[in-house]
Amino acid sequence: MFVKQISVFLENKPGKLSQVTDILEKNDIDISAISIADTTEFGILRMIVNKPEEAVAAIKAEKFPVSTTEVLAVEVADKPGGLNLALQTLNEAGVSIEYLYSFIKRNGKRALILFRVEDPEKAVEVLQSAGIKLYTTEEINSL
Amino acid sequence: MQWNKVRECMSRDQLRSYQFEKLKETIDRVYHNVESYRQKMQERGIIPEDINSLEDLKLLPFTTKQDLRDNYPYNMFAVPLEEIIRIHASSGTTGKPTVVGYTRRDIANWAELIARCLTMGGGKRESVVQISYGYGLFTGGLGFHYGAEKLGAVVVPTSGGNTRRQVMLMKDLKTEILACTPSYALCIAETLEEMGIKHEELNLKAGIFGAEPWSDNMRKELESKLGLKALDIYGLSEVIGPGVACECMEQQGLHIFEDFFIPEIIDPITEEPLPEGERGELVITTIDKEGLPVIRYKTRDITSISYEHCPCGRTHARIEKLLGRTDDMLIIRGVNVFPSQIESALMIAGDAEPHYLIIVDRKDNLDSMEVLVEVSEKLFADEVRKLEEVRRKIISSIYTTLGINVNVKLVEPHTIERTEGKSKRVIDKRKL
Ligand SMILES: [Zn+2]
Repeated sequence: MFVKQISVFLENKPGKLSQVTDILEKNDIDISAISIADTTEFGILRMIVNKPEEAVAAIKAEKFPVSTTEVLAVEVADKPGGLNLALQTLNEAGVSIEYLYSFIKRNGKRALILFRVEDPEKAVEVLQSAGIKLYTTEEINSL
Repeated sequence: MQWNKVRECMSRDQLRSYQFEKLKETIDRVYHNVESYRQKMQERGIIPEDINSLEDLKLLPFTTKQDLRDNYPYNMFAVPLEEIIRIHASSGTTGKPTVVGYTRRDIANWAELIARCLTMGGGKRESVVQISYGYGLFTGGLGFHYGAEKLGAVVVPTSGGNTRRQVMLMKDLKTEILACTPSYALCIAETLEEMGIKHEELNLKAGIFGAEPWSDNMRKELESKLGLKALDIYGLSEVIGPGVACECMEQQGLHIFEDFFIPEIIDPITEEPLPEGERGELVITTIDKEGLPVIRYKTRDITSISYEHCPCGRTHARIEKLLGRTDDMLIIRGVNVFPSQIESALMIAGDAEPHYLIIVDRKDNLDSMEVLVEVSEKLFADEVRKLEEVRRKIISSIYTTLGINVNVKLVEPHTIERTEGKSKRVIDKRKL
């Protein structure tokens, strides 16, 4: 039920981000979600891609520090309160969220939000029993 | 167990009077037999008779590597060439190497020193000792070889290289003591892994590792990967070669064999003697050497000295594991800093093979130091909070080691310039 997220360490310097997107383009890798967390000195680029293993190998080959993290791809209805239901569910179960960001891809009327939580197993359990759909890598790739 | 209990455990008083007697002899010999020593002493208006106590050693001029270069190859020898039976040479990174010569007695004394070191590592007549230091002009191989033979051990002179065969012999011959550089020991450990051999299948008990500085972290790694006790041995060819000092099983500093060498610690800048426990440059005077005696030789190695009692029973002083070279020393706000200290601080903070660059600058008459640290796979975390934590940990680790606050900046791997595989460690903008 988890989706593999790739994180890359980047210095805060012009052109750094495009170096990574260049690598992905050359390897014909498609990005379905992207976000950057940054400080004044460095940033962490986070992405969901269609071929995570290949992407990691290609980025590593260019000497960027890269790691993978298991995250959740949560479907929310694209209407007021859509996201709130997922957040409430996690909150009530006492699962805290490290960060979240949204996918570029959508599934028709429904939006996809990426969650990184402290206790992924428990999050899967409570979200699914609340009737919230979680996507696998294959499902995201087929959108 | 000591190889030579009488000499290694003699009382400090006895030792000092022994040292004085030998020092007098040495000064007398170099004054009469070595032109450059005589000249230097005359310039200071000193004759051998002026040396009336061990403290008077301080009246004598220092000797440097440059003196040896200026007198290349034979002019510092204190005996006629017919007395010399061996030459070794240290690799000169620029120009001529430094040539050192040994009489028959010197070779025997050197063997005695190495026998003491091997005994410190638990070596006995029945021990299989594998010598993986290079044989040749370098002092490591032959120096150890004669010492191991003196001990009466089973000597396996593998020299360096062909590591797989070394490992095979190590296993089949049941090697107990391994003598090599720490980096070669690491290479052996990696080869073991490659060959699928566990250290439990070997009989290694101790490693006598030297000829280059190595950290306590590396000691831990070698001990766990090879299943042995890793001991540090110190020496330099200008003084005799390996065997000037060696760690006993206590691993609390290296006993310097004071019946052969008188150590001093000086401030590398002012050349003033420093008290016990303070870090500075190690200066050595040989008091039982015929071929190439050295008087107050400036080793450029940084350490401190302790005369405290050691549980092993040896009375000889101990020097701290070598910290670095005077050439690398930086003075930041009056504090002596060595790149090696930054390196160990980084290791403590969790980076096994740190690549870093120290940038020193002066702003408003105040020295500032910034350390750029390449983010290794090991340090990298997916969360900003964790990376900030890594940074803070490095800062506090450096503060604990050096007592100064520095700025730490995390940078991408391979952004710090490398020369011959090694990273450039320091940029001192104050000198620009
Ligand atoms: Zn001891």
